[in-house]
Amino acid sequence: MIDVINLKKSYGDLEVLKGITVSIKEGEKVAIIGPSGSGKSTFLRCLNCMEDPTSGSIIFEGVDIADMRVDINLYRRHMGMVFQQFNLFNNKTVIENIMLAPVYLGIHDLNVMKFKNFFIKFRNIFSKEKKPLYEINTTREKIKADARENAMRLLKRIGLEDKADVYPSTLSGGQKQRIAIIRALAMNPKVILFDEPTSALDPEMVGEVLDLIRQLADEGMTMVIVTHEMGFAREVATRVLFMDDGRILEDNTPEEIFSNPQNPRTREFLSKVL
Amino acid sequence: MGNFDRKLIKFWEIFYNNKGYIKVLEGLKNTLYIAILGLVIGIIIGTLIATVKVMPKYKKLPRILNAICDFYVGLFRGTPVVVQLLVAYYVVLPLLGINLSALTVCVLVFGLNSGAYVSEIMRSGIMSVDHGQMEAGRALGLSYRVTMLKIVIPQAVKNILPTLGNEFIALIKETSVVSFVGAADLYVAFSYIGTNSYEFMVPYLAMALIYIALVMIIASLIKVMERRLRKSDRRN
Repeated sequence: MIDVINLKKSYGDLEVLKGITVSIKEGEKVAIIGPSGSGKSTFLRCLNCMEDPTSGSIIFEGVDIADMRVDINLYRRHMGMVFQQFNLFNNKTVIENIMLAPVYLGIHDLNVMKFKNFFIKFRNIFSKEKKPLYEINTTREKIKADARENAMRLLKRIGLEDKADVYPSTLSGGQKQRIAIIRALAMNPKVILFDEPTSALDPEMVGEVLDLIRQLADEGMTMVIVTHEMGFAREVATRVLFMDDGRILEDNTPEEIFSNPQNPRTREFLSKVL
Repeated sequence: MGNFDRKLIKFWEIFYNNKGYIKVLEGLKNTLYIAILGLVIGIIIGTLIATVKVMPKYKKLPRILNAICDFYVGLFRGTPVVVQLLVAYYVVLPLLGINLSALTVCVLVFGLNSGAYVSEIMRSGIMSVDHGQMEAGRALGLSYRVTMLKIVIPQAVKNILPTLGNEFIALIKETSVVSFVGAADLYVAFSYIGTNSYEFMVPYLAMALIYIALVMIIASLIKVMERRLRKSDRRN
């Protein structure tokens, strides 16, 4: 699903990622662990080009999205991302946060198709071979209604339907992060990238967020998680990458990595955190 | 104080009996017209410039646009507004061979002038919004432009509203120089009354009071707006 080939990223003279090659298959839950400054977050942020890679390629569904000529926005729709700092839109209510992207992009696509149809119709008047029109079976109202229904369904799922019309500033960290997760889910992504989803949370709120992530994992969502929660990585992940100094040093199942680490650096890191 | 009474009566004579108030209303209308339209133009230009300035700059086009914006801001912040008015009216228009009314020129000049100032205000507003907001929008597949318009700029405007109010108040007061190019504002109206009554104390006092009243009304309007925009904050 995502093939990363020799990915490098530097900030000026500082080389953060020093050639990463890894392939993530559909349905995999990949946990990335490693000491701070090892490039885990940078690597994750390169996967949806939040940071533009310096060199190398990221093949997502057969397209190299690291190529600057590619319209990255089209591919980001299918890659959800959850941030450490939640990043809910402060000027929108909870339900607006969830609905914004599906509604805007839905209407945008609808308008583009209408525009194209207009030109095809115009062209068909003058040319003999008639081009078929794009099929449009939705309306603005339908897009909005669908998005609202979907948003309410997702809110119900996390038990926060009564918070639909409040602003994010009134929510707890755990609530914010769960809403950030369903905001990503509302786009029906093929993969979700989690950037230390629980690191900014109070300890008693970590559980509720991890529970939600665990549920998604059980439903078969492909995910890549940068995390410091070793217990969680061990339990949920199907594969663990250990990164240090801009490289992947170990890539194995959680059982192997946690009980029988091969690389001395992995051993040293795990002995410190476990 | 008998002297003051006499002055008051003289003023009233011209102001009321000789229909001086029509000129005053006309001047007030022009003052507000220039200030409000100027601010609207200023906000539009300022937002565009600020957006260009905070754009990532590894492509060529943003860099060229940035240079143009820097030049523009330097030009309009580097000269007094009176000079800009005079140059626009007596140099630029004749050179271009366009005929515009003094009032239109004033609106354009004040708009362009405040655009330069608003751009910096707006830029500080945009930079005060957490970068994560932009990232969250982009991560959902929204473009830079859409995220800017729907997420970042609304929050930026909320943060800079007091400063923007300052700019509007400054603009209202600065319009008192438009008589340099022959536009009729409050100053023109009251000096007309003064000239006709041979008495300047009361008209200019009245002018000052009108400016103060205007500014106080605007300040309270800004307060109301601010309170409405703050509804997404916890404390309201």
